[in-house]
Amino acid sequence: MKFSPTFLATLLVLVPFVGGIALLFVPARQTRFIWIGAIFTGAVEVFLGGVLYALFDGTSHAIQFAHRVEWIPQLGASWFVGIDGISLFLVLLTAFLVFISLIYASCSISQNVKMFALFFLWLEGAMIGAFVALDILLVYIFWEMMLVPMYFLIGVWGGDRRIYATYKFVLYTVVGGLLMLAGILYVVYMHEAQFGVLTTNLLDLYKTQIPVAEGWKNPQLLAFLAFFLAFAIKIPLFPFHTWLPDAHVEAPTVGSVILAGILLKMGAYGLIRFSIPLFPEAAVELSFWLMALGLVGILYGAMVSMVQPDLKKLIAYSSISHMGFVVLGIASLNETAIQGGLYQMLSHGVSTGALFLAVGCIYTRCHTRIIAKLGGLSGAIPLFATFFLILVLSSIGLPGTNGFVGEFLILLGTFQTHKWFAAAAVLGIVLGAVYMLQMFQRVMYGKLQTHGEGGDLNWRERAALGLLVAFVFLMGLYPRPILEKMTASVSHLARHYSDYQLSLYGEDIAK
Amino acid sequence: MQLMQEIPTLIAMGLFLPLLGFLVNGIFCRTLPRKWFGWIGTGSVGLSFLAFGWLTLQLLQMPIPERMFQTSLGQWLSFSAGSPVFWNLRFDPLSATMALVVTGVGFLIHLYSIGYMAEDKGVGRYFAFLNLFTAAMLLLVLADNLLVLFVGWEGVGLCSYLLIGFWWEDEEKAEAGKKAFIVNRIGDAAFLLGLFLIFAQWKTLSISELSPLWQSLTPEIQWGLLSAIALLLFGGAVGKSAQLPLSVWLPDAMAGPTPVSALIHAATMVTAGVYMIVRLNLLYSLVPVVSDAIAGVGVMTALFAATVALTQTDIKRVLAYSTISQLGFMFLAVGSRAYDAAIFHLVTHAFFKALLFLGAGAVIHLLNGEHDLRKMGGMRRQAPLVYWTFLFATLTIIGIPGLSGFFSKDEILWKVLSQGTSFSRLTWLLALIAAALTAVYMIRLFYFVFLGERRRIAHGEAEHALPANMTLPLAVLALLSAFGGILNLPHLFAPESYAERLSHFLSPLIGGEIRVHEAAPLLGEGVAMALASLIAVGLSSAALLLFLKRPDWTTSLAKGLSPIYRLLLNKYWLDELYDWLIVRPYVRFSTSLWQIVDVKGVDGSVNGVAVVARTGSTLLSFVQSGLLQSYALAMLFGGLIFGVFVFLRMLR
Repeated sequence: MKFSPTFLATLLVLVPFVGGIALLFVPARQTRFIWIGAIFTGAVEVFLGGVLYALFDGTSHAIQFAHRVEWIPQLGASWFVGIDGISLFLVLLTAFLVFISLIYASCSISQNVKMFALFFLWLEGAMIGAFVALDILLVYIFWEMMLVPMYFLIGVWGGDRRIYATYKFVLYTVVGGLLMLAGILYVVYMHEAQFGVLTTNLLDLYKTQIPVAEGWKNPQLLAFLAFFLAFAIKIPLFPFHTWLPDAHVEAPTVGSVILAGILLKMGAYGLIRFSIPLFPEAAVELSFWLMALGLVGILYGAMVSMVQPDLKKLIAYSSISHMGFVVLGIASLNETAIQGGLYQMLSHGVSTGALFLAVGCIYTRCHTRIIAKLGGLSGAIPLFATFFLILVLSSIGLPGTNGFVGEFLILLGTFQTHKWFAAAAVLGIVLGAVYMLQMFQRVMYGKLQTHGEGGDLNWRERAALGLLVAFVFLMGLYPRPILEKMTASVSHLARHYSDYQLSLYGEDIAK
Repeated sequence: MQLMQEIPTLIAMGLFLPLLGFLVNGIFCRTLPRKWFGWIGTGSVGLSFLAFGWLTLQLLQMPIPERMFQTSLGQWLSFSAGSPVFWNLRFDPLSATMALVVTGVGFLIHLYSIGYMAEDKGVGRYFAFLNLFTAAMLLLVLADNLLVLFVGWEGVGLCSYLLIGFWWEDEEKAEAGKKAFIVNRIGDAAFLLGLFLIFAQWKTLSISELSPLWQSLTPEIQWGLLSAIALLLFGGAVGKSAQLPLSVWLPDAMAGPTPVSALIHAATMVTAGVYMIVRLNLLYSLVPVVSDAIAGVGVMTALFAATVALTQTDIKRVLAYSTISQLGFMFLAVGSRAYDAAIFHLVTHAFFKALLFLGAGAVIHLLNGEHDLRKMGGMRRQAPLVYWTFLFATLTIIGIPGLSGFFSKDEILWKVLSQGTSFSRLTWLLALIAAALTAVYMIRLFYFVFLGERRRIAHGEAEHALPANMTLPLAVLALLSAFGGILNLPHLFAPESYAERLSHFLSPLIGGEIRVHEAAPLLGEGVAMALASLIAVGLSSAALLLFLKRPDWTTSLAKGLSPIYRLLLNKYWLDELYDWLIVRPYVRFSTSLWQIVDVKGVDGSVNGVAVVARTGSTLLSFVQSGLLQSYALAMLFGGLIFGVFVFLRMLR
């Protein structure tokens, strides 16, 4: 058993908030100092993430670094955070992407810098909070808390139609959030009815038996759907996806990075963390339909991507396709496929986040994202072209890049139980090559259309994209360090989701 | 021997040297002196060839059943159930043969490229990609795991994409690269499904572990499952090796630099499909129906491509169709379970087709980029070395007795015929026709390029002489084309100890019996061989005579058979068919999907809801307008529900 300091998870949530609050005391004109402070906070978070990874015991599926403080005793609510193999890498991804986004933002955001840094760190804290929270009330609070800074990021630093986009984004997510709240209340109520204790502790709630009945008045099914809708909007699953392209197009580059890289993962994480273990019978019953939705998302996203005139929209729709793979894998309830789904979430975060950064680089040089107006950039900005090509290949899922590992595990696992789903999803791999390569060709090859200004990548862009590209290969060629530490948790879920229990690290060994 | 312990290192070195060359050339592609790129690229492949050559010599000194070296570079993927995927390499007679072809022919083509690409501004990038290709191809042939093989498989596809579109300023060339990648992806999707089926059944993708398992199934499930696996994997081969119906990408791939066409689209990558089937011959020999289908696809492709080659006017396109046709012969061979014959033809084809392409490249180089056959001519006097080497290659591919192509093609034809079924007789006949057509289109090509008068005055006489690094590869490849037959002479011509050496070398990897020629059918073989050579010699001399006597005979023939001529000239309208049947409907469908479902459907209804919500909030007059307020409202609303709930709980 490894040393498992309890405060680490709490610290990871608090550091960004503390950093953000500290920046409040810096005069707004000191932008250089604000950036240094923000990036430093991001770096501390990455460092803490590294410590977290090193101390994490991959052989155990138990909750590690658990930290619990009573909060509202009347409600049984507490500050309860902890990390297992499922949340570990999402936390690391968040810290990593926020750090990189801050580096990139420091050369692309020039207005309201102080407010930006504040919201960005707030967003980071909320996202990490949502991943590590183990009290369902706390989860809900962090879940909603993420919305506010995202709302401002799009609304203040966004494009021309940002008001419409934020409206749509907020409307969708709030509706989903409210439904989830109803579901939460129901689960808490059922737990109290069965155990006589009012609590919002997720580990206790797992023990609740949500009643099952025939037909549409099946309470478990309805509760599942209430949660599911919130997650489906976040992921986003077809047909709940239309807020995403608009939000991306209007969001500033780093907003898109976080939106695609991490916020979308919330939905898939919710499926793994809440939907399946809380409502196992419903999950099994609906497995077929979820997979069908995932499959439709894969194909629909790939087809619609191909005809997008705007680079950001294209990548937004490609996210729908890639997240379709994630849902397909998770919903198949096969161990390998779930693991693949989790891996795909990470690799999608890296490569799609990076793709949005790349689009940002194009936009700052050519002042347009319309594919028809671009062309021949390969010659003008060769280093960028190399990075962009690698990211495109990763998105296509070329073996040796991170995209392949996730997709392969998902398809391999799904194939074991649902041959035809996997066979149809393989089509998505072909269609993925079609739209990505077509885009790459139109933007980078042919005659130079718009003379960009600013030349090839500056050092901050190099650092941001270079780090992400390094992870594209690292995760593609040597996935072991990641897969190893998530295996125990994933296999525990896949084998025991029908009577899911999570204990705290140390307690399970003591037994 | 101390060196014996270094064998795993040497295998890895052979693989990593080209990769290192790629990294050096790629990272410093704008900083190193121009001259260095070529020598780094060529040198790394040359060293790799030496490593594999030495390893092959070691292999030959071992007893036949033990001829295999293995090494592992660590674990890649692991699964909840089943064997993990290791980066395992195997060096056995089959991979040795392939690795020597890849690095040997590859070395010569790299050397040639130094001269060919000397003036190009992207020379660093060029050699980087060429080295990456070599590394990926080596990974493909050395892999001991089907998934690792797949890494090489898609890796060579990537390099092919990058090199076809090497001159990306030209939209058409970039388009050709994309087409190649996508058509290959279709095959790769089938290949992946084949891997999933294998894993579902045996929980492993390791070739060594699978070899004894193919036959482990009960007869009932064996047939269907094995056939499905074999067909799906063959789907991958159809894409990679440009067989019907996925042949459309290879002619377009000629947009790349000519040495690339020689290395990737003639000698090595396109033969990967043949290699894969031979590597899995234990599987394929269990499913005769699939084997027959492969033979059928092969021979139809051979015939299809040979007929198209008769009419094309672009020198590289003729050679591309010729490649497709020759690959068809190889698939006919593997489909007829003549795996050793397929590899033999693969090797000789690598020699003579690489030579043909390099010769064509030299001609194009000398004519300042001219590709049109009708504007060439009289190159015999202008470039005698190219003329002689190209002549050797032409005679070899036609199958003039004594040259390597004769032996390898004859072995295929004979082994097809000697199966003795009516299907095999039919395929043999079709293959014979394709071989006859080969003679005609090659003589046509040769005549147009080298003989007759110059049909176009090239701009000035400023044509440069070929540098030695371009002529040397031509000469070496000409020797190999001429004498390569020694590798696998038939019993008919050679004493026991020299006959069928390649077949014997490969025998430990090929299941069942190697069908060595028994004593009795020697006569039959002799007759068949005589027939084939008679056709080759007769037809090519007839065609040559016609060209010399009546140079315009093809034009009058084209007029006389106008509908057929147009069918062939337009390549059976296969591209147009796909465009009309798949590409356009797909684009149209996607567009309407987006417009109807997203823009009008989902968004329309959601915006409707939004209007309702906005009206609702106005009515509530909690807020006047704006978004933050409505958000706050929602949160408040949520909090309210929660509060009421808590309150009710506490009352209880």
